[in-house]
Amino acid sequence: MHEMTLVAGILEIAEERAREAGAARINTVTVEIGRLAGVELSALVFCFETARLGTMAAGAELVVCELPGRGRCPACGADAEIDFYAALCPACDGCLQVVGGRELRVASLDVD
Amino acid sequence: MCDTCGCNQSPDAVTYRKPGGHDHPHRHGDTEHAHPHEHEHDHDHGHHHDHGHDHGHDHGHDHDHGGGRRLSVEQDILRRNDVVAERNRGWFEGRGVLALNLVSSPGSGKTSLLERTIRDLKGEIPLAVIEGDQQTLNDAERIAAAGAPVLQVNTGFGCHLDAEMVRRALAELAVPSGGVLLIENVGNLVCPALFDLGEHAKVVIISVTEGDDKPQKYPAMFAAASLCVINKTDLLPYVDFDVEACKDAARRVNPALAFVELSATGGEGLDGWYRWLRDRRAAAAR
Ligand SMILES: [Zn+2]
Repeated sequence: MHEMTLVAGILEIAEERAREAGAARINTVTVEIGRLAGVELSALVFCFETARLGTMAAGAELVVCELPGRGRCPACGADAEIDFYAALCPACDGCLQVVGGRELRVASLDVD
Repeated sequence: MCDTCGCNQSPDAVTYRKPGGHDHPHRHGDTEHAHPHEHEHDHDHGHHHDHGHDHGHDHGHDHDHGGGRRLSVEQDILRRNDVVAERNRGWFEGRGVLALNLVSSPGSGKTSLLERTIRDLKGEIPLAVIEGDQQTLNDAERIAAAGAPVLQVNTGFGCHLDAEMVRRALAELAVPSGGVLLIENVGNLVCPALFDLGEHAKVVIISVTEGDDKPQKYPAMFAAASLCVINKTDLLPYVDFDVEACKDAARRVNPALAFVELSATGGEGLDGWYRWLRDRRAAAAR
């Protein structure tokens, strides 16, 4: 259950930025999670709803933007969108290497 | 909630122990773990957006929350772990220590491989071990008996070691300069893939009793590893495990992955593992 660790990181970053901006409370936390990052989104949301209590984000909504996986073919250079590891190149059947989709970022906050 | 190991447990639940020594729990930093239970649920549903093709990084989600401000953040969620991992890397570099993060499912024979490695190499290479385990001191006792300095990190319910746990362990463990630090991660092929400990390389260990489809089931870990040890090869005649199929599957996620086939108990193939270890140690010392 590393999702709880991720939620702790999300809340820490969110509270720090909200405090810097002089906000009183956090209404929305928007995160970007790559499809190949190995994160169970339902577990992330579940953990968030528990961990937000007692923080500036106590009433906040977690908005998750899922970023697609991206593969590049080492043989022919083709790019393709993928949602699993070891996908095949649509152009030459080579094995695509993952070049995107592992992102774990806090993108933005809505605050009052 | 503990914000270091992140698993819903008290901050004193992570302990650092030496075999034969006394227990002494450490607090995680000086963070406050009190959670007042005011239940204010004005937005109590999470939802997620699915960006299909060509997500152009324009964060134009329109959620109206009545007069609020939008703050752009763009920060990596694992930044704190990664900063500490970077410090650990500097610690290793300064002392010419090769640090390896050993990952596997439970029962792959990781501890047996470590015991055997320590017994065979301790006259040649100074070795030290950090043992990650949820509850017990058993593995650390086996390592100590084999003759290497060892520190046990019990993560409680935590499913992985993080960089901070390794940093604290380094403060208490006598890791010899120019030696090799073997970090035995918690038995789990999912969560440890995400946490950089500052190590030089991840070594993924699987045994032939597990099924040759491990790389398909846990691709992120195989993608992150530098070496794959296939253990218990003495049992190959008795199990349905296709070594070449397993390697092919692993190479599809990581074409640069190296392999060693061995039996930690029988001894065959160990020379390949030791050769890899010596080569990596020489590279780390440079
Ligand atoms: Zn191609």
